[in-house]
Amino acid sequence: MIDLDETDRAILRALQQDATLTAAKLGRQSGISQSVAWRRVKRLTEAGVIKGRRLDLDKEVLGFGVTVFLGVKLAAKGRASLEDFERAVTAIPEVQTVQHVLGRYDYRLRVVARDLSDFERVLRRRIMTLPGAGEVEANVVLSEERRPGPLG
Amino acid sequence: MLDDTDRRLLRHLQADPAQSVADLARASGVAASKAYKRLERLEAAGVLKGQRAVIDWRALGYAVEVSLRVSLDKTEPRAFDEFIAVAREVPEVSEIQTFLGRVDVRLTVLARDMRHYQEIYRSRILTLPHIVDVEALMHVTTIKDVEALPL
Repeated sequence: MIDLDETDRAILRALQQDATLTAAKLGRQSGISQSVAWRRVKRLTEAGVIKGRRLDLDKEVLGFGVTVFLGVKLAAKGRASLEDFERAVTAIPEVQTVQHVLGRYDYRLRVVARDLSDFERVLRRRIMTLPGAGEVEANVVLSEERRPGPLG
Repeated sequence: MLDDTDRRLLRHLQADPAQSVADLARASGVAASKAYKRLERLEAAGVLKGQRAVIDWRALGYAVEVSLRVSLDKTEPRAFDEFIAVAREVPEVSEIQTFLGRVDVRLTVLARDMRHYQEIYRSRILTLPHIVDVEALMHVTTIKDVEALPL
């Protein structure tokens, strides 16, 4: 585990907003030199703290008007293996995120669709037919915000 | 507005946002100058809003991630706004979603360990306004996390 100082936190907060920032700009924002900023980013990347980048796309403009969070409970735990379920659910292109969880459900899924009828198609043809899928709960996302997390 | 070339570029860029325009153009089978122009156009049109760094919270010692599904008191007209305003003040809250469904609001809460989680839960979560019910899903593993659109 790596210890962060205030400069590291400032760098991470800035990169969470814009991962394309150059070392020069990062340095200016955080009040350090370009070379120090570059070394800090390198260290954070090598330590695995920065694990990658994600494109921020306007989903609606691209025709994906609906995001749904699903809770899925496996039906007969002995019969279908977790591996079969996980392999099949991962292969569905509309499924963006799959998390194995403990609680009322076994899996949490994030699903995108063009609209509600497209979502219904994905749900009926791809989700409900997954090996082992039992109870499914769907909640349609109305709004979403990402916070910086514990970097304060 | 978008044609096949745009979609192809975005598809390849989603897979590896850090790649150079030259590499992206090669992978997408278009000239680099064309790729450059298309990306500029997509940015100008607001389709391509930017790139965000993804942080591995485990690497920072946050081993516990909990998905809290909250029901709010809907007889209180300001329940959503007031709940969210206070939830934003909790640094360990990394995501806030509102829903149409059985669940009203969902929070992702990050904690160093179970003891730390318990502390946050008691002092910062249960004290949030207008909560009727909270249900927790404890994250075990992430099987897929691409958040790429099926373009």
